[in-house]
Amino acid sequence: MSEGRIRVLIAKPGLDGHDRGAKVLARAMRDAGFEVIYSGLRQTPEQIVSAAVQEDVDVIGLSILSGAHNHLFPRILELLEEADAEDILVIAGGVIPEEDIAGLEDLGVSRVFTPGTSTSDAIDFIRERIGA
Amino acid sequence: MRTAERDKMVEDIRAARPAGLARAISLIEDEAEGAGGLLEALHPHTGGAHVVGITGPPGSGKSTLTDRIVKHLRARGSTVGVIAVDPTSPFSGGALLGDRTRMADLATDKGVFIRSMGTRGSLGGLSRAVYGTIKVLEAAEKDYVIVETVGVGQSEVDIARVADTVVVVFVPGLGDDVQAIKAGITEIGDLLVVNKADLPGASRIESTLESTLNLAPPRVEPAPKILTTSAERDEGVVDLIDMIVEHLALAKTTGLLACRRRMRAKAEITAILTRDIAKRTEISLSEPGADWYERLQDGRTTPGALAATIWRKLVIEEYEGVEDENSREASPGDRRGEHRRSHEDLL
Repeated sequence: MSEGRIRVLIAKPGLDGHDRGAKVLARAMRDAGFEVIYSGLRQTPEQIVSAAVQEDVDVIGLSILSGAHNHLFPRILELLEEADAEDILVIAGGVIPEEDIAGLEDLGVSRVFTPGTSTSDAIDFIRERIGA
Repeated sequence: MRTAERDKMVEDIRAARPAGLARAISLIEDEAEGAGGLLEALHPHTGGAHVVGITGPPGSGKSTLTDRIVKHLRARGSTVGVIAVDPTSPFSGGALLGDRTRMADLATDKGVFIRSMGTRGSLGGLSRAVYGTIKVLEAAEKDYVIVETVGVGQSEVDIARVADTVVVVFVPGLGDDVQAIKAGITEIGDLLVVNKADLPGASRIESTLESTLNLAPPRVEPAPKILTTSAERDEGVVDLIDMIVEHLALAKTTGLLACRRRMRAKAEITAILTRDIAKRTEISLSEPGADWYERLQDGRTTPGALAATIWRKLVIEEYEGVEDENSREASPGDRRGEHRRSHEDLL
């Protein structure tokens, strides 16, 4: 993990075409001094993990509104493990029902942020965990 | 960094393992301890890639064009590294690196390695880490390294000191023919591409560029070539690649390549020196108890005299340092290839 600036990949897995939330968060993180790589829409788990490895990010932020989180997140975490990159902090946001959160956190998602979360909560959480 | 750790990193890079390349590049970007040693160790394995620079104004389609170029190069069996630079905020130090959004399909291609990079304070359209990152990608035996600059205005011309072939991207709608005869980025292109050729005004830009070239004074380097593309529609990209390949072939035979490589080496050495001296100057001036500002205010010294003192101090420290370049060159086990020697002959 780098000793320098915190690097974050903001990724939109699967099939949803709305990235306003992802962009607002990316912008807030930029203003917080992070280097934010934005993946763009409709990314496969393979694309996300490969980009995270190449970019040597400290954090992956997954934004999802389609409801397919229980299908896509496990695959992403599995691929991270295969890539020997499970040290990357994975956080998630978007529309994720309360009852799914515990299951995702058991799988290795460090924190699921639900609608209404302030961008600074996510930023503080990352700072706390990465410690820079 | 311990030697064993460095050797492992060199091995990972030579085997083009993505995680190894990625960590090495982070080390170089952060100017972390061990970065210098790693670059020294990689040096004998560098110089093998065709470095192509893509520059042009924001929104001219550089990333989309890069995406298409990489796809065609892959179809020809070449491996490619991409360095995509976007601006770092001078206020927060953060950056939003968005070039990957145009290259999403390339993420899972094992023959391609893409790295996004913030400028981190550099003003010439690149990041200081670009030199080192090119070396990492060369050591990983990429056939091509494509360096995409930030969206440039008029004077960010660092790419001309880095690339073997420079592609400047123009688009319709950005101004009249006076823009084309101004100094700066319009002068550095080996290939001038009018992208978004499907938009109105493209042929006008093309003819403006042509007439500008006709007015240009004769130069030693071959005259730039002009072509039109539509990266979005994947039109003209194959011709562009043919011209890029042709440019390198010609550059090899005419000595232009040697000249460019010498310029890159010079820029790299200057960048290392500037960084080191700036760092040491900062340390000298922030020493606790330093009274230079008081002496300056009293009129006992001047900025010029202070600079000279710091310079002298640096030279003495360096002279008394553990090793100098001669002793390092002679050290056994230090593998330096023909390539290195040919650079030195030029100096």
